Amino acid sequence: MIEKAFHGGKGYWIWIIFLAAGTGMGLLAYLYQLKEGLWLTGMSRNVSWGFYISQFTFLVGVAASVLMVVLPLYLHDFKAFSPITVLSQFLTVGTLAMSLLFIFSDVGMPMRILNVPLNPTPGSMLFYDTVFLPGFLLLNLIIGWTALGAEKRRAVLPPWVKILIYISFPWAVIMHTVTAFIYAGTPGRGFWMTAIMAPRFLTTAFAAGCAILIVLSMVLGRLSSFDAGEKAIQKLTTIMFYALIIDAFFLAVEYFTAFYSHVPAYSETFRYLLFGIDGNTAFVPWFWLMNIAILCAIGLLAFPGVRHNHLHLSIACIVALCGLWIDKGFLLVPAAFIPNVFGRIMEYPPSWVELTVSLGIYCLGMLMITTLYKVTTAIKRETNVRR
Amino acid sequence: MTISRRKFLKTTSVSCLALAAGPSLGHGYELLELPGRMSKGPEELKAKRWGMVVDMRKCDGRCTEDCIGVCHEIHNVPFIPEAEHQVMWLFQEPYENAFPDRSRELVSKVLKNRRFLLLCNHCDDPPCVRACPTQATFKREKDGIVMMDYHRCIGCRFCMAACPYGSRSFNFRDPRPYVRKINPAFPTRRRGVVEKCNFCQERLEVGKMPACVETCKKGALVFGDLDDPDSEIRRILAESPHVRRKPELGTRPSVFYLF
Repeated sequence: MIEKAFHGGKGYWIWIIFLAAGTGMGLLAYLYQLKEGLWLTGMSRNVSWGFYISQFTFLVGVAASVLMVVLPLYLHDFKAFSPITVLSQFLTVGTLAMSLLFIFSDVGMPMRILNVPLNPTPGSMLFYDTVFLPGFLLLNLIIGWTALGAEKRRAVLPPWVKILIYISFPWAVIMHTVTAFIYAGTPGRGFWMTAIMAPRFLTTAFAAGCAILIVLSMVLGRLSSFDAGEKAIQKLTTIMFYALIIDAFFLAVEYFTAFYSHVPAYSETFRYLLFGIDGNTAFVPWFWLMNIAILCAIGLLAFPGVRHNHLHLSIACIVALCGLWIDKGFLLVPAAFIPNVFGRIMEYPPSWVELTVSLGIYCLGMLMITTLYKVTTAIKRETNVRR
Repeated sequence: MTISRRKFLKTTSVSCLALAAGPSLGHGYELLELPGRMSKGPEELKAKRWGMVVDMRKCDGRCTEDCIGVCHEIHNVPFIPEAEHQVMWLFQEPYENAFPDRSRELVSKVLKNRRFLLLCNHCDDPPCVRACPTQATFKREKDGIVMMDYHRCIGCRFCMAACPYGSRSFNFRDPRPYVRKINPAFPTRRRGVVEKCNFCQERLEVGKMPACVETCKKGALVFGDLDDPDSEIRRILAESPHVRRKPELGTRPSVFYLF
């Protein structure tokens, strides 16, 4: 089936070359970082986790959102989701590959990364991530690939794949919960130490995953004969809409606890994000933009006219994604270090090396997803013609 | 008659050495002394749970450069010029930064002007140890010292996020060019690993007190066994009101401050 990825038009190859070039640039930047050390990044002894760990967090969420497609399809027999299931699973494969690469880029001793499986430490939350991430990647690659093969041969899904699918339900939830636990279990970082972290992670994950899937379906619909089906798009929109509302609610209760209790450990970081402290305001515009984007997306999606017009819907999805990414993919990780453990405000700007490496990883992930989607759309076209 | 393998080897090797050393007696004498020297070393200092008292009534912060200097020198701690990438085992902070959770309003002048000596708290319940995915940082069973295995650390910095005291430093740069004078008796570190104070575990092993304690001429640093009710440190803690940094986090630091 993979041979299908080698047959494409001019536009396809330009896109592939563009992504490959981006990956190469990221690789060069990574090699520079590997040679020189992490001082090239914006991270410091005050803000010791930054852009890489943020991307990892955001992308694990997108990967977990596959649950919002396979659960309705396989548990509630919501057949309209069957055209997009494989797409969703391959999105998971790509985003998890990126997540793992982001962890890899962040560690100071990448050549020692196997020390994690070699010294299994069940007490460490990072250990669980290194178990659940590759596991979920494999699970989705196997399920997606087999499902696609079955579709090609117009055969039914083998029973063992069904078992894997059922395993993937709790897996998705656990995977993202342990990601949240990395943060929610650290004493002394009040911004993170909240029981609502895991629920909020899952909500933002489902919202972001559905938004990306809607946008990708639209793009694929334009570029190929792929059709997600209006019913599937509308269902994804509904899930995203409610996930966004729940996220906004969760944010609101966080603000309440922080600002009504007046307990500095909980409120200081929120105060820094909303208003800045002592003239340090680097994150303030971003934080406001995040809140506004989430609210705007909810507002837009409330109109049936927006939901049913594909262009408007795509715009609403992109607005939502901006908000969700700023929240989880940019601010959530470094902000918890501000103020630092000494009560000082030391801000964090990502460096160009960090951003180039990140861009490279995103390009590589998109390259993987493009290849997998090319195979998927080609096979779907064949089966449609035969039908 | 039974001779143990060990005894046999010992006797034969010593006899052989004696024979071989016959012609040049001076040299042979040296070699013959060797086994005895290996087995008889200085007595190791032992405790169930090592702890430290920093008596801020005695430490005026004027000579803290000395204890910090000695600590960083013997442990090959690099001097990194940029503040954000500095490596620190022993360091100083003003009251409001050392104890940011305590009252900052109307602080007495005595406290406000003091620079508090900070180091790894060697917590009884260390969050860094919990966080580490490779057990590169661990609490030693025998004496409660929180140690680092520089050869296992992958540099993920989860411990730095978990430590609420800022006691851990990551080697953002290759530290070796920044070590002023390398002490060959202690390992240097490499870029990409985390390090911190080790309560001078290597000195305790050979019967010496931690370097900072030994350097302090004012007796402001008292080191001892928190588990031994008869130890000097326990006597001081029983007599004087004391505080620990961020006790509300439940980490139970082993470093106490008197002021």
